[in-house]
Amino acid sequence: MIPALTIPTPPLPVPARRSRWRRYELSLVGGVFFALVIFATAFAPLLTPYNPELPNVTSRFKLPSLQHPFGTDDFGRDVLARVLYGGRPILFTGFASVLAALVVGILIGTVGALYRGWIDLLLMRLMDVMLSFPSVLLAILIVAALGTGLANMIVAITFFMVPVFARLVRAIVLTLVYQDYVLAARAMGAGDLWLIRRHIFPNLLPPMIVQASAMLAVAISTATALNFLRLGVEPPTPDWGLMVADGQRLLFDAAHVPFFPGLAITLTLLSVNFIGDGLRDHLDPKLRRRL
Amino acid sequence: MKYLFTRLLWLPVVMWAVATLTFITLRIVPGNYIESVANQILDPEQIARVQAIWGLDRPITEQYAAFMSDLVRGDLGLSMSSGIPLSRLIFERMPPTIELALVAMVISTGIGMAVGIVSAVTHNRLVDYATRTFAVLWLSLPLFWVAMMLIVIFAVQLRWMPASGRIDARLDYEVITNFMLIDHVLTGNRAALSSFVHHLILPALAIGLTSSGFVARLTRSAMLEIVHSDYVRTARAKGLSERRVILKHALQNALLPIITLQGLQFGTLLGGAVITEIVFTRPGMGRMLLDGILKRDFPVVQGAVMIVAFVYVVINMLVDIIYHVVDPRLRHS
Repeated sequence: MIPALTIPTPPLPVPARRSRWRRYELSLVGGVFFALVIFATAFAPLLTPYNPELPNVTSRFKLPSLQHPFGTDDFGRDVLARVLYGGRPILFTGFASVLAALVVGILIGTVGALYRGWIDLLLMRLMDVMLSFPSVLLAILIVAALGTGLANMIVAITFFMVPVFARLVRAIVLTLVYQDYVLAARAMGAGDLWLIRRHIFPNLLPPMIVQASAMLAVAISTATALNFLRLGVEPPTPDWGLMVADGQRLLFDAAHVPFFPGLAITLTLLSVNFIGDGLRDHLDPKLRRRL
Repeated sequence: MKYLFTRLLWLPVVMWAVATLTFITLRIVPGNYIESVANQILDPEQIARVQAIWGLDRPITEQYAAFMSDLVRGDLGLSMSSGIPLSRLIFERMPPTIELALVAMVISTGIGMAVGIVSAVTHNRLVDYATRTFAVLWLSLPLFWVAMMLIVIFAVQLRWMPASGRIDARLDYEVITNFMLIDHVLTGNRAALSSFVHHLILPALAIGLTSSGFVARLTRSAMLEIVHSDYVRTARAKGLSERRVILKHALQNALLPIITLQGLQFGTLLGGAVITEIVFTRPGMGRMLLDGILKRDFPVVQGAVMIVAFVYVVINMLVDIIYHVVDPRLRHS
């Protein structure tokens, strides 16, 4: 009788000690904080008794105190109230421009990848030219052409983000259209729209979410920069970028005026970046292994 | 060689496209400097005469043709608001911006790579988490705010550095290339050099710090990929010191993506220079561009955009070429 051949079994890989949620700790913190920011800006009128636009000569240049936690500015306006209201244009610009760029980018990328030929060539060369220009400068140039204001700022930011989405979409769709199951669907007579809805869109979604969350941070930071350069919303509308710009002449007397809106921008961007990192780690399996 | 050739061919195409887009963009909304200012002091007949001098009364296609033929000959025209030739304005305004962007690049690369390497070497330990969180913090900081806070701390409170300008206005110095570092070293002007460096530190630090986060993240992920590769394990097995393995074997290969990023980053740095110049009231392309935009001075905006785009495209091309020279794998594909 032949003795049973015993193969020593290798020890099972020990699962990582860190739990699933531990890895997303920072993203969770970011998510909660970002939700708070949205809540605070949306319900600003309920959270502060002060009017963010009305000057009050009797309370100018107050340092932070219980009555004015962030102090007051050179017009006697409560800085906390202005910070609460001041997130509105920024967040609105961020979401609106990312959404618009996502839609246009998906359209351009999908059309290019599905139809190829001269349309694809033309679209992609156009995207190359747009990318061959520093993004902030491109946004400045577009605002210069259209004039200042919130709506034009959104157009400008959308404009420079479109090529980023379009190229990514095109690359993904190009790999998808030659997959066996897509070819099979096509052979069975599936139309373009059906293909897009059933096969392309679901595959496009995860990378788009990752990219959109990364671009949200870029959009928000560009929006604050444009407002800082006074190319966006106009005073006396409270806005973080504009508040920092207005605070520059107070650097020697009341540095708390530009300090708090800048801190608000930093913390908001930080939370968006943490959310983006978490989404990327979670939705991009290639990266997950490396971490 | 063929690759190099196609890249060089691409340059005029991009520049033409940038010029055309700028030309069209500026004319989407009617109104130029002469109309916006002259309305207050000139009667319609005089305005028409000035418009004719600038060729603004001609059809748009003719204006475009004139702009293009001037551009091909390297003539960017005159500023509408000051009458100064663009070539002169660019000579005055380009060097300060380049200086700022280059020094900022050195700072961001230095800090970013150091932090990235530390983070990769201490992979998943406390130091790694701390440095990674710091990297995200750096890239979340708004540049204009950091610039302002640096002024508050180092110029207003500590009085170590000046808060604005490019050099002390009371100093005498000679302008040769208008790159002050070169000029002052050539002429041996110590006082001017020291004042220049003092004025440069804070703005360069502001840009360098805020853009070091990207470099740190990229260095970390590039290093991590390499640290676990076979040849690094071989180097370790040979008994090389850890220092040598990391700095010589691993870093050398991680350099490629970092070089690429820096090329792409240069555009961001130029954009950052625009913002920083506003905060520090430094002369430069940023102020020139912004002034041109606010005054609707077409030639100034066109000139500034063309030059910045040119520098950006050329640098990206150089990076691409360096990449192909450095990486033998790409040379044959």
